[in-house]
Amino acid sequence: MDLNFTAEELAFRDEVRTFLRENLPPDIANKVKNGQPLAAQDYIRWQKILHKRGWGAPSWPKEFGGTGWGPVQQHIYDEEAAAAGAPRTIPFGLKMVAPVIMAFGSKEQQQKFLPRIISGEDWWCQGYSEPGSGSDLASLKTRAERQGDYYIVNGQKTWTTLGQHADWIFCLVRTDPNAPKPQQGISFLLIDMKSPGITVRPIITMDGAHEVNEVWFENVKVPVENRVGEENKGWTYAKFLLGHERTNIAGVGASKRELKRLKEIARNEIKNGKPLIEDPLFAAKIAQVEIELMALEITNLRALSAEAEKRAPGPEASILKIKGTEIQQALTELMMYAVGPYALPFARESTAEDALKHVAGPKYAAPLAATYCNFRKVSIYGGSNEIQRNIISQMILGL
Amino acid sequence: MDFNFTEEQQLLADTVKRFVREDYPFEKRRQIVASPDGWSREVWAKLAELGLTALNVPEAHGGLNAGPVDTMLVMNALGEGLVVEPYLGAAVLAPALISRSADEKTAGELFEGLVAGERITIVAHQEPASRGDVQYVETRAEKSGDGYVLDGHKAVVVHGGAADELLVTARTSGQPRDRDGVSVFRVDPKAAGVTINSYKTFDGLRAADIELKGVKVSADRRLGPEGGAFDAIEAAHDIALSALCAEAVGIMKAVNAATLDYTKNRKQFGQPIAKFQVLQHRMVDMFIHSEQALSMSYLAAIKCVDPDPVERRRALSAAKVVIGQAARFVGQQAIQLHGGMGMTDELMVSHHFKRLTAIDLSFGDTDFHLQKFIAVSQTA
Repeated sequence: MDLNFTAEELAFRDEVRTFLRENLPPDIANKVKNGQPLAAQDYIRWQKILHKRGWGAPSWPKEFGGTGWGPVQQHIYDEEAAAAGAPRTIPFGLKMVAPVIMAFGSKEQQQKFLPRIISGEDWWCQGYSEPGSGSDLASLKTRAERQGDYYIVNGQKTWTTLGQHADWIFCLVRTDPNAPKPQQGISFLLIDMKSPGITVRPIITMDGAHEVNEVWFENVKVPVENRVGEENKGWTYAKFLLGHERTNIAGVGASKRELKRLKEIARNEIKNGKPLIEDPLFAAKIAQVEIELMALEITNLRALSAEAEKRAPGPEASILKIKGTEIQQALTELMMYAVGPYALPFARESTAEDALKHVAGPKYAAPLAATYCNFRKVSIYGGSNEIQRNIISQMILGL
Repeated sequence: MDFNFTEEQQLLADTVKRFVREDYPFEKRRQIVASPDGWSREVWAKLAELGLTALNVPEAHGGLNAGPVDTMLVMNALGEGLVVEPYLGAAVLAPALISRSADEKTAGELFEGLVAGERITIVAHQEPASRGDVQYVETRAEKSGDGYVLDGHKAVVVHGGAADELLVTARTSGQPRDRDGVSVFRVDPKAAGVTINSYKTFDGLRAADIELKGVKVSADRRLGPEGGAFDAIEAAHDIALSALCAEAVGIMKAVNAATLDYTKNRKQFGQPIAKFQVLQHRMVDMFIHSEQALSMSYLAAIKCVDPDPVERRRALSAAKVVIGQAARFVGQQAIQLHGGMGMTDELMVSHHFKRLTAIDLSFGDTDFHLQKFIAVSQTA
């Protein structure tokens, strides 16, 4: 047993560090490190820089233009990128639809879509959830009726993250409403967001942000060649996709960066005439999160090493999701409490994503309450933490 | 990065698991616990025969010179079987201290009895006021002629009553928390001035409070240089702490398996209680706790011999916090999910629960290590 990286892995880490130092735009890194919202252009700019270096798709195999990195290299890259303040990977194109297109898409679909994902030309969003189907995804109702070479799509998707920027949406739609089981009769469609009949309406969340949307489909014509795989087999592809959603699900690198920020804030804040970080109660809360993060890091490495040896990591990813999100939420909460009453001033224009203004108190306090509110989502999305417990219960404990 | 064990390590783990399965059934343990001494020399001889008492002894003294990872695997299995024999004290802590402080001759004498499974050497270090702080030594060793006179009180020394020989830590100079001024002495438990008050502990083990009143020891009974033993004492406790964490991990694994098994078979309202989602999620949380504990036990095994003291302290205290919290959660919930049956002496789960509880109280509890972690992190 050895918890250290090999010499090659360490050399790779240095290479990543050097690249990040020389290429990550400081204005973007500053926003990330100070918890400020990023604009869509920030994500796109960074994707184009990565693409130029040949690192546009760290999780893809080489044949599709990816880096061909193994799980450990991807992990090192994720850790270093997070520490440096690089924007998180927007997963919908790179980590969700791309693996599905690679595994089940036609040659034409692969040639058409994959290069535009990796280059940052196309922004993708996810059309899974519907108003009536959250954790029970298979109950979805959006209809796609075949008419010649087209599907006619009618229905509504919701919680569509950053859909306002999207060029394309991948959708689960019901093609056979009479199938014996709800999981059957679902198909997987790629839909151009510029298609007539699509309406995107913002959902403003409690932090004042416009991050998620409703997407309405009214007689939207989708060419049959935009269906991935076979008709009515969409559920298989959807499950495959959910498996890929879980890489880097623990978010250890980003949480380490946030822990560092929490400590900086706690060093700056004064309580009882002393830095807050020396307050025994608060210090114990920080230590508790830090210790849990240390444990999660090892648990994450164990899962990675199993993956690298092609032993199925599978349901263990649910542990990473649960613990990872609990830690993320604890960090945002502690940061907010660290600044005390100055967490209260709030100024955010819901229509301009980067307009979180500083109105009073220390500058670092401005985004903390909004981030705390925003991060309540992490235990809900991607399969709520209760669904994750169901998965562990069924797949690991055999209940 | 590699989480695999070598073939030898797997063989070792299998050996101990087989020993527990075949030679240490729960009924036998029950008889041993109820016996006058509360442990079995016969079992100890068997452990020696399997080479396990030699595990942490240097090769030069007939040992296997294995590392903390090997010890971890042994402790996992001993934990699962709730083995009460003094393995942690006599075969992990004592040899770690001896090999770091004794000269060749003394080490030879002490290791011979350990490897053969014939003599038990127990470290008597903890005191009533130390509460997990390894640095706290009040017991005095006053120079007298060409020897020393020991006076002090050693508290809750696990298997203190089983010792054929004690290694007593005592201060030749300085104040209770000073790193300098601590020495280790070989003390005959039958020597004049030594009073051993042996008792049962709630987890089925034995411990003793040891009173030292004017106990005379000659200079050649001192291990290592006068007043310079603290680094060795600390290093030995770090290794033992890692082993203790591994014991807890072994117990938690057994407890979770037992709980799963029980809830799948126990029927209420016409169905196995494992069908109830509230219990399923509880068992998932128990599982997550034990997985996080396993991760930290790995970290502890790797870092307990790290030359960087800050790295070592941080890792070990963090491990004890995670494992202490996991032990409480898993233990308490296992009893809860077993319902009334969990309360009984009959089922092994209540004994697992008690040992898990005792482990959190040993070598510094969760709060102690949380504070330690904070203190070390702030000086770093």
